[in-house]
Amino acid sequence: MKFGVIVFPGSNCDHDAFYAVSANLGQPAEFIWHDSSTLGAVDAVILPGGFAYGDYLRCGAIAKFSPVMKAVRRFASDGGLVLGVCNGFQILVEAGLLPGALIRNRGLKFICREVRLTVETADSPFTSAAQKGQILRMPIAHGEGCYFADERTLDELEAEDRIAFRYHGNPNGSLRDIAGILSRERNVMGMMPHPERATEPLMGSSDGLTVFQSMLRAAVRV
Amino acid sequence: MSTAITPELVTQHQLSPDEYRKIVGILGREPSYTELGIFSVMWSEHCSYKSSRLHLKKLPTRGKLVVQGPGENAGIVDIGGGYVIAFKIESHNHPSFIEPFQGAATGVGGILRDIFTMGARPIAVLDSLRFGRLDDAATGARNRRILSGVVAGIAHYGNCFGVPTVGGECIFESCYDGNPLINVFALGVCRKEDVFYARAAGAGNPVIYVGARTGRDGIHGASMASAEFTEESKQKRPNVQVGDPFMEKLLLEACLEAMQTGAIVGIQDMGAAGLTCSTCEMGSRGSVGIEIELDRVPQRETGMTPYEIMLSESQERMLLVAEKGREDEVFRVFRKWGLEAVEIGVVTTDGQMRVKHHGTTVAEIPARELADEAPLYDRPHTEPLRGADHRFSWSANVTVQDALPTLLASPDLCSKRWIWEQYDYQVRTNTIAGPERTDAAIVRIKETGGSVAMSLDGNGRYCYLSPREGARLAVAECCRNLSTVGAEPVAATNCLNFGNPERPEIMAQLVEAIEGMAEACRFFGTPITGGNVSLYNETLGEGVYPTPVLGIVGLLKTAAPVTIPFQNAGRAVVLLGGVGRCDETRFGGTTYAKEILKQLWGLPPELDLDREKRVQSAIREIVAAGLVESAHDLSDGGLAVALAECSFGAAGIGAAIDLASDLRPEVLAFHEAPSRILISTAHPGKVAAIAERHGIEAPVVGVTIEKGMEIRQRAMTLGSWEIATLRAAYSGALESYVR
Repeated sequence: MKFGVIVFPGSNCDHDAFYAVSANLGQPAEFIWHDSSTLGAVDAVILPGGFAYGDYLRCGAIAKFSPVMKAVRRFASDGGLVLGVCNGFQILVEAGLLPGALIRNRGLKFICREVRLTVETADSPFTSAAQKGQILRMPIAHGEGCYFADERTLDELEAEDRIAFRYHGNPNGSLRDIAGILSRERNVMGMMPHPERATEPLMGSSDGLTVFQSMLRAAVRV
Repeated sequence: MSTAITPELVTQHQLSPDEYRKIVGILGREPSYTELGIFSVMWSEHCSYKSSRLHLKKLPTRGKLVVQGPGENAGIVDIGGGYVIAFKIESHNHPSFIEPFQGAATGVGGILRDIFTMGARPIAVLDSLRFGRLDDAATGARNRRILSGVVAGIAHYGNCFGVPTVGGECIFESCYDGNPLINVFALGVCRKEDVFYARAAGAGNPVIYVGARTGRDGIHGASMASAEFTEESKQKRPNVQVGDPFMEKLLLEACLEAMQTGAIVGIQDMGAAGLTCSTCEMGSRGSVGIEIELDRVPQRETGMTPYEIMLSESQERMLLVAEKGREDEVFRVFRKWGLEAVEIGVVTTDGQMRVKHHGTTVAEIPARELADEAPLYDRPHTEPLRGADHRFSWSANVTVQDALPTLLASPDLCSKRWIWEQYDYQVRTNTIAGPERTDAAIVRIKETGGSVAMSLDGNGRYCYLSPREGARLAVAECCRNLSTVGAEPVAATNCLNFGNPERPEIMAQLVEAIEGMAEACRFFGTPITGGNVSLYNETLGEGVYPTPVLGIVGLLKTAAPVTIPFQNAGRAVVLLGGVGRCDETRFGGTTYAKEILKQLWGLPPELDLDREKRVQSAIREIVAAGLVESAHDLSDGGLAVALAECSFGAAGIGAAIDLASDLRPEVLAFHEAPSRILISTAHPGKVAAIAERHGIEAPVVGVTIEKGMEIRQRAMTLGSWEIATLRAAYSGALESYVR
């Protein structure tokens, strides 16, 4: 299975995502430059963390207009697996591939800390290697990670079993403790916590591997 | 420029009549206004080290692993496996006082550029911070605002750039009220053959300007950092630059990529003194001249004068020299990253730094004389300034039982989580040990299988009592921190924060601190490979404590780290080094004296270098042999505070210890004598054998227990605590001060 890692000029977790899937998952990966209009022969796409174009406006607000996002949108509508982590989640939301918005943390400060997540559904290509209700440890590192959406959207996400992860001890004020969500077709996931930072014991946790193993499993099945 | 050079104008540029005469001598004529500005920044204290250079020569700078010592943008050390690290510490004290957020942010930006201009990708940042007291009735509100702004500024820049901020220190003291110290350390890594130097070479080669446009911001920043603060200093806010970490990130990636083309000859960032410093230094180092045309410099504002363009300290700019004929390879890379790269001049053979504007020469100065012939002062130095009493008379009406929670909640000793959680300390997934997990931060080098440990340390109170001993202690503490995680200290960088060197008693502090540091660095085999001197840290005549800050790096194998907290109950608690020399005359500089007695007297704790070295060798061997479950050195707050910190792990394991000592209880519990490390081990016999071989004591002082913490002295209980109570005092304190 080949992962494509999108590189915006301000991505700074691109190498980490690359390392996680190549060194720790053992799968091939390649970088995809932001002004590329095609993705090449990849089986899944990762939008990594960082500050895509500086994010001085609103996180992801400019990134959604980049050439590569057109390709990502096409890829997603064809059923391809798209994982957005942190800034990647913000971009997916801005691009309309996922509902809601990510606003400033309730405490108005950047937070870097390990959190515990509950797996809310194992019925997705990103969580199938986990058990529903399982607790995963992985870090967050963001200033604008408070998930926000109107009540109807939140109800819909719950009704359609599209909440992938919830926080234990909500660190940022996210509504209904939401840490990660799925698209309606379940092939796009955005999450604020960093699974790529929890893929080997030296990182303090290997729980993040579950996300990538799930993706691998889904791809192999295809 | 036809501005007449009057004596008043010379004085305004902080040049003395003698210095002006020297300028006239070098030029063989009166300088133009632009030239005067150029000399004033290059010969400022900040850029020329004119007061400190004479004494900095006393520092050891060579070592078998040192590839590049002082004089470049950063020091370079060989870490084996074909890789080197580049690292340095720098201050951004003055700007951070005037505008905390941008001052600190651009401080981070400046030191990061110093690292990647050498070809190294930054992989770690640490900060050493000093602020005024947060609870002071008169200045507390301002100090809190400065703290919040500085931390947010560091977070903003480092997080966006994508470098982990993995550690540091933060101390609060009234002397920093009007003069916070913001010292930022950065470290990067690259292949040995990929190191770049800031040297121009090859007549006819193009000089290329890269990055952000030049504006009027930061003009005379270097001179501002070379004067005391007065009431008018607040007017200097326009002198503080505004940082753009996204631009810096682009610059990083583009520069590293452009270096790979092989078309770059030399490169230097434009930091203090901007275009002036980068052109004349690159010319001087390469023994060539550089000619530039200012019309071609990308400008953010219209109507800028040559004086303004040359002195601007706009951020995120680099100057590079490329091989003639290969410019396009360089331009292509910068275009890819959306950056402006413009040929602004050419390398010449005449050794002159020649600046043209609309085709007319506005400055023509010999580069070497400008860069290297700055005035050098042997400023008079007498006895170090010292307002503290040598006598000691104190009585504690606070028991050890009550003092410990108070100390753990004090601003200096409490958890700094409120600060470091605002920093991304994990990006790049190399952080083996981040903040407050170990005595030294550890970052792995994925390419080599090795890791680098880093520690910053400085103690202004100790140095105020004795600059020489305080500096020695800082070196020892840094090396001890590294050794405690099993790392071998290899090289150092320093940031010397002092007051006005024109006062002989302040100059004496500087001289003594440098000499003490030199002695200890030589002894521990940690040469100084670069650093920074920040003088004139005074506001309205009040100086800071002499605060030399050391940053020392060590090397170790990549492995799960030995952390501070106890892991299991029933383990032996060993005090490597024993109780040590807890002399009462050397108790007045401790945190206990500061927080409980509200006093400062006597001398700093006594350091026996030889003993310290043996303790460090022993702990490295013990860690390497896998004999310890936890390790933590005794430093600020002494034994009781260290024991509490070891008890704050997730497992909630505490300890009960009993000390066979006749010291006064407070001295036993809170003395800060060095050369001591607290470890827990399942193999006390093997630990003892190693300690004995190194000729040091290693008494088993107690045992780890499921719950609680207890300290006894010859079976008499000095204190007994619930861990949760201590932890609450320690964890929540800083946030409550900030609010």
